[in-house]
Amino acid sequence: MTFRRGVTDGFAIGIGYLSVSFSFGIMAVTSGLSWWQAVLVSLTNLTSAGQVAGVGIMSASGGLIEMAIAQFIINLRYSLMAISLSQKTDESMTVPARLFDSFFITDEIFGVAVSKKSFGFKYMTGLAVYPVLGWTLGTLLGAVLGNILPPIVTNSLSIGIYGMFVAIVLPVCRKSKIVAGVSALSVMLSVVFRYVPFLHENVSSGFAIIICAVIAAVAGVIITPDRRARTDG
Amino acid sequence: MDNSIFFPLLLVSALTTYLVRVIPFTVFRKKITNRRVSAFFYYIPYTVLSAMTFPAMLYSTDSVASAAAGAAAAIFLAYKGKNLLIVAIGTCAAAFAVSLIRMLVL
Repeated sequence: MTFRRGVTDGFAIGIGYLSVSFSFGIMAVTSGLSWWQAVLVSLTNLTSAGQVAGVGIMSASGGLIEMAIAQFIINLRYSLMAISLSQKTDESMTVPARLFDSFFITDEIFGVAVSKKSFGFKYMTGLAVYPVLGWTLGTLLGAVLGNILPPIVTNSLSIGIYGMFVAIVLPVCRKSKIVAGVSALSVMLSVVFRYVPFLHENVSSGFAIIICAVIAAVAGVIITPDRRARTDG
Repeated sequence: MDNSIFFPLLLVSALTTYLVRVIPFTVFRKKITNRRVSAFFYYIPYTVLSAMTFPAMLYSTDSVASAAAGAAAAIFLAYKGKNLLIVAIGTCAAAFAVSLIRMLVL
């Protein structure tokens, strides 16, 4: 499990990240960020859903507490992944190595790493090379093109990241009734927060996402508490 | 975006996201055995993405009509099991087509 092996294994993830972060870059500049701000968000956060919500909070000049809670809830799944990954690391994963590599825990990097019997610091660091490059470069391309292309094109491209979210959730909903149920409930609650004037005016979009997601997930736990955590990414 | 708004929010965002990853990776090494907690963790990515996507997706372009076309394309292609990139391209193309028609006709 060498560094080189990790780099090779991460290539496909890096290519995939190019397109997602391209959409993010476009979305970020249409939300009012400059190109370098968009790139800085990607470089320091390395997460899709969290960044989309984060840019929403930034463009609404939201509060720091709101940002912290939103990122905590949206990225909470990384905690579970981190714990799973921890079971598979060898002795080369010292505390400083963990402090460094934990930055790279994403859905896809987790998915590849957790499928190994055991891995160490070199492998996980190698695995992150192309994803980080792809994520940053894609954001840069999206943000720069977002400033050059005519509005009719950038407007059409900024919806792309939501299309990707649909593509992540819907196939799982087809296989799992309970995931379909909790996702539908979350959408219904989100619709209520958007269209009931009192809620729309008083609850910011970041908080609305947190409230809807937590209520829907808790409802799922109450209905089907036996659903075991999926740890295959 | 004004840097006095951007940088504090960026710092909080990056720091929170890092802490969520680093604390369990460094401190907790035990598996989660509580079935309710693991079920919650399993559902949360899907409920987060669902709440983020609808209805916000419908306001992500220049008109609800073009965004609705994009959403319909996304649902159709994702239901057909197409990969992320194909779904994203189809979503953008459908939204662009409706925007173009609106621009030319209206």
